[in-house]
Amino acid sequence: MQSETQTSSEYIQHHITNLTYGKFPDGSWGIAHSIEEAKAMGFNAIHVDTMFWSISLGVVFCALFYWATRNLKAGVPGTLQNVCEMAVEFVEDNIRQVFGTRPNVIIGPLSLTILVWVFLMNLMDLIPVDFIPALAAMAGIHFMKVVPSTDPNATLAMALGVFFLVMYYNIKMKGPVNFTLGLFTHPIDHWAAAPFNFLLEMVDLIAKPLSHGLRLFGNMYAGEMIFILIALLPFYAQWALSLPWAIFHILIISLQAFVFMILTIVYLTQAHETGDH
Amino acid sequence: MEQSLIFIAGGILMGLGAIGSGVGIGILGGKYLEGVARQPELQPMLMTQLFISLALVDAVPIIAVGISLYMIFAI
Repeated sequence: MQSETQTSSEYIQHHITNLTYGKFPDGSWGIAHSIEEAKAMGFNAIHVDTMFWSISLGVVFCALFYWATRNLKAGVPGTLQNVCEMAVEFVEDNIRQVFGTRPNVIIGPLSLTILVWVFLMNLMDLIPVDFIPALAAMAGIHFMKVVPSTDPNATLAMALGVFFLVMYYNIKMKGPVNFTLGLFTHPIDHWAAAPFNFLLEMVDLIAKPLSHGLRLFGNMYAGEMIFILIALLPFYAQWALSLPWAIFHILIISLQAFVFMILTIVYLTQAHETGDH
Repeated sequence: MEQSLIFIAGGILMGLGAIGSGVGIGILGGKYLEGVARQPELQPMLMTQLFISLALVDAVPIIAVGISLYMIFAI
């Protein structure tokens, strides 16, 4: 839905700009009204649309599962109960397979939250790209990016949250001394190789949350960008590309939600391994 | 001039990343089929492992695609 006054590059720019609330260069606070203003804010800014959509989807997830548990039926369960049970059992199976049966109270709820929340955030990608931004424009909001997982801030924040938990369990399970020693002795157990080991382990430690968050961002951003490019075609030709890509995208969004969850489990499992190394 | 250099850089990023992951995912899928053919009862377990390694192989090129699209459209 490109209007006559816009070039295609302006249209794309408009679609990938977040609704930004932040500090203007002159010191006052407010919502940016153009792309240049949003860029000039730099670090002192928050993406209002990302926050809004991710938090509301989190609320939707909690409400849905709460509602399902209040209305359990033992005989013939309804659709919602079936879906929720499937999600819970799927997560449980994966945790059993990878994590084993160690006592841990947080990994189950964490994995379920990540799976369903990331899935819901990715699902926003299947809503037509112009639908919600056009509604928002009618309400006087200039920028609206509806898929929170196409914002690196959201995905890296989640990856960072998982990373903090990994560090916490590393220190809790291995002890602060053993964990620090492990950084120096892990690949090659010889005193002369300690600096090399430390370098290697540090790269490993930092690359994990970075690739964890950027993987989800990259997949969703590329998918969203292709939807936006398809929306630039004349309206009678859009369905021919949009429909196959949307169907293929259903696979991608669920796969990425699954991968984000399974990597969380794998990283937490690694943090719990108190073996000989 | 600068804009065209960004396009070329994005193209190289996506293309070279795709070569590596193409080879990697090809080997991965082939080995998975081999494994399933040998022991069909292990198929669900192998599938989970396949997806995990698929995601690990996939990460670098997809990050490259994300970053190159970001370079082309957002900068």
